[in-house]
Amino acid sequence: MSDAAATRTARSRWLLLAPALAVLIFAASGPLLIVLVYSFLTPGDYGGILWEFSTDAWFNVVFEQDFFTEEVTLADAHLSIFWRSIKLSLLTAFLTFVFGFPTAYFIATRPKDKRDIWMLLIIIPFWTNLLIRTFAIMELIRAEGAINSVLLALGIIDEPIQMLFTEFAILLGMAYVYLPLMVLPIYASLERFDFTLVEAGYDLYASRWRVLRKVIFPLAKPGVIAGSILVFVPSLGAYVTPRVLGGGKQLMLGNLIELQFGAGRNWPLGAALSLTLLAIVMVALILYVRAAGNEEVRHG
Amino acid sequence: MAKGFDIRRQTGFATIAMACFVILYLPIVLLVVYSFNAGTSVAIWEGFSWRWYVSAWDNDQVQAATVRSLVIAFWATLIATTCAVLAALATTRQGSFRGYTLIFAMINQPLMVPEIVTAVALLIFFAMIKVATGYTGLFYLIIAHSAFCLPFAYMPIRARLQGMDLSLEHAAMDLYGTPWRVFRRVTLPQLWPGILAGAMLAFVISLDDVVITEFVKSAGQDTLPTYMLGQLRRVVTPEVNAISTALLAISVVMVMGFFFLSRTKK
Amino acid sequence: MIEIANVSKIFTGRGAPFTALDDVSVTIRENEFFTLLGPSGCGKTTLLRVIAGFIDPTHGAVKLEGQDLVKLPPYRRPVNTVFQSYALFPHMTVAQNIAFGLEMLDKPSAEIKATVDQMLELVRMTPMADRKTSEISGGQQQRVALARALAPRPKVLLLDEPLSALDFKLRKDMQLELKRLQSETGITFVFVTHDQEEALTMSDRIAVMNAGDIRQIGGPRDIYDHPAERFVADFIGDTNFLEVELLATEGETARIRLPSGVETEVRAPRDGVAPGPVTLAVRPEHASLSGGDGAALPGTLANVVYFGTDTHFHVDLDGGARFVLRQQNQPGTAQGWSVGDAVTVTLAPGVGQVLRD
Repeated sequence: MSDAAATRTARSRWLLLAPALAVLIFAASGPLLIVLVYSFLTPGDYGGILWEFSTDAWFNVVFEQDFFTEEVTLADAHLSIFWRSIKLSLLTAFLTFVFGFPTAYFIATRPKDKRDIWMLLIIIPFWTNLLIRTFAIMELIRAEGAINSVLLALGIIDEPIQMLFTEFAILLGMAYVYLPLMVLPIYASLERFDFTLVEAGYDLYASRWRVLRKVIFPLAKPGVIAGSILVFVPSLGAYVTPRVLGGGKQLMLGNLIELQFGAGRNWPLGAALSLTLLAIVMVALILYVRAAGNEEVRHG
Repeated sequence: MAKGFDIRRQTGFATIAMACFVILYLPIVLLVVYSFNAGTSVAIWEGFSWRWYVSAWDNDQVQAATVRSLVIAFWATLIATTCAVLAALATTRQGSFRGYTLIFAMINQPLMVPEIVTAVALLIFFAMIKVATGYTGLFYLIIAHSAFCLPFAYMPIRARLQGMDLSLEHAAMDLYGTPWRVFRRVTLPQLWPGILAGAMLAFVISLDDVVITEFVKSAGQDTLPTYMLGQLRRVVTPEVNAISTALLAISVVMVMGFFFLSRTKK
Repeated sequence: MIEIANVSKIFTGRGAPFTALDDVSVTIRENEFFTLLGPSGCGKTTLLRVIAGFIDPTHGAVKLEGQDLVKLPPYRRPVNTVFQSYALFPHMTVAQNIAFGLEMLDKPSAEIKATVDQMLELVRMTPMADRKTSEISGGQQQRVALARALAPRPKVLLLDEPLSALDFKLRKDMQLELKRLQSETGITFVFVTHDQEEALTMSDRIAVMNAGDIRQIGGPRDIYDHPAERFVADFIGDTNFLEVELLATEGETARIRLPSGVETEVRAPRDGVAPGPVTLAVRPEHASLSGGDGAALPGTLANVVYFGTDTHFHVDLDGGARFVLRQQNQPGTAQGWSVGDAVTVTLAPGVGQVLRD
């Protein structure tokens, strides 16, 4: 390409990109860098920050120092929240897999013209308001909600089970709202699945279970990995679901971060916690890209 | 007739799938049903009534939040879709270039970075600007929504452009069409379904957002979802169900529209 | 008419730079059916797109009637392209597609309508004028693409493998149709193909390309009978390559000694080759087993393959080389040879071409 033409193309390209970049730098990427700066500053007395360099915020992510004895210990409160976040996110991924895989398989084995309609049934909840879906779960499991009412009416229980504001409630809510994220990628990998491979499996004396385990599942693995990451990542950063269903008692990372900007008034700590969350998410994403890449090499 | 051996069948899968569909829809159906409850409870059915829709409609706060939600969603959709169309043209029509990976990562940042982190970042950054300029209007919410709606608008538009035969534009150029006329007469007419699909997604995403709005909004700038979030702390009346049902209806219509648009032949 | 002078195109992407065109020079004459022939990746389509303006050459000039095209964007060049995929606008009817170029040139609507009607008639698509392009067959789409490109009456029509998507029979029909359109309109056609038969049947002149360069330019007969080098001989038709010794050249005649020791006269390459060991190319149908005049090569019949219209004889020449010759089958007569027979391959006088490499 001649120099003049190359310059022309480059100029028009950046002109076309300019509005998007302006919006993104102003309201996405740029602010993220400021968070990094804030995590190295000193908290102000009434929220906000003082422009003094400090690594206390990062220190306080996992440690705490006794005010009087200056003894350094692990920050149990923070660590238990980290642990709860990771535990609940992993469980959510597992739960959605247990329900999502058979569902995706079921849809992928429907006649071609019906699959889209089944998928629409998965997609609609996915695109409806997360808060509303969380609220729907809340109504279902509250003390006077549908589940307890039915169980009481049937005489199985004598008094309502306390489900709301427990870890179980958060797990249930997250599995419910993120289930479509598991079904979508598994379906995508199963949809293109060549079922003559299954025939070959049966032909070679494999049972149904073994065909599933040895033929179908390995080939659907990229979809399962993608689905697990897609569920794990937003679960880890969940804010609305634990706030509504955990009722401020069962905090997750998202709520801990919010606390620093509200009652805690420790903006630098909030910034450091945010970046810690981001780092965990990025590690998960990198692991995913690696796994997906390996799969491609193996099957490509 | 003997039933043949169905190679696709896996024991129990159909049952689990059906259970899944029931689980997905049962809570939503109950929520909708109770929005028509004549009583004040969201648990005990006392007969059919429109009263909660009427009370939501008459609620000044709900009215204001609805208008605010729609205004923000409208502007965010417009900005995000315009930016997305231009960006999609730049990233699909002129080959790969240095910096493409970075641009792609930037556009998709809202999809990868946890919402709470973005929310905190915007809270910090906009707080600085609010202090510096004294301006506390809706602009912050609109620009924040535009940013996180951008990837949702960008994806279907880019997919449409990539599926579009580049030789069509070459043919138009070959037949003496200037770049602007080629865009208007050939590219745009075929891009419309993609643009519309992108805009619908952006609109739904903006309308549904809770976390970022909750952190960015100034006092008295509740949108419908943040208003609802506030209500959930108190004793919940079916009024929240009514608002939810209305929002659900909008989302479902938009998603169905998107679904059928993206199914139209290219 | 079109002068392409020292055009190079080097693609620099993420990998190593790729030279798609390597210092190509060629002049295409007025009112000519000119074909760029070569295997995929030889640079023929790149050259076509350089003329059309979709690719800027790295070096070199492209001139049309003396005017430099390189500086002009595609929409200012008086050339039109028939695309391999046809690139018909799916949101427009057949007539709207044909009218597009004229509209872009801001012609008066009366003129546009007249030209469109005329073009529809030219390609016999008048009844289909208001159909959507998705509602017509592949062959019809092909004709619409032609009409659309011809409608603005370009000085040059560029055709990028336009027949490759058609089935065999339709392709034969369209070959004749294209030839007819070219002579009726008097427009210069530059035709890109990888199909040697297509090139031989339609072209006035053919440029054989390989690895970004034009290897030989000439009329179809010239190229077929007298390939200049091994690549051309090998790419077009079937060829036997014999290692022979060049004794002397005189003008276009070369005196050689065959492996059997017999001396004979064949065509010499134009740019001259020094005496010594060279390669001789002989077409399978230019030799016979029946004897007659000419140089003889003794050997053993190794295989006989029946092809319907003709029969191929595989002969292991004394000295090791394999020679394939082709004889047309005559009604009623069986071939008189069987595998293992000692036979003599006779080259007709004057056939055979010494290659320059």
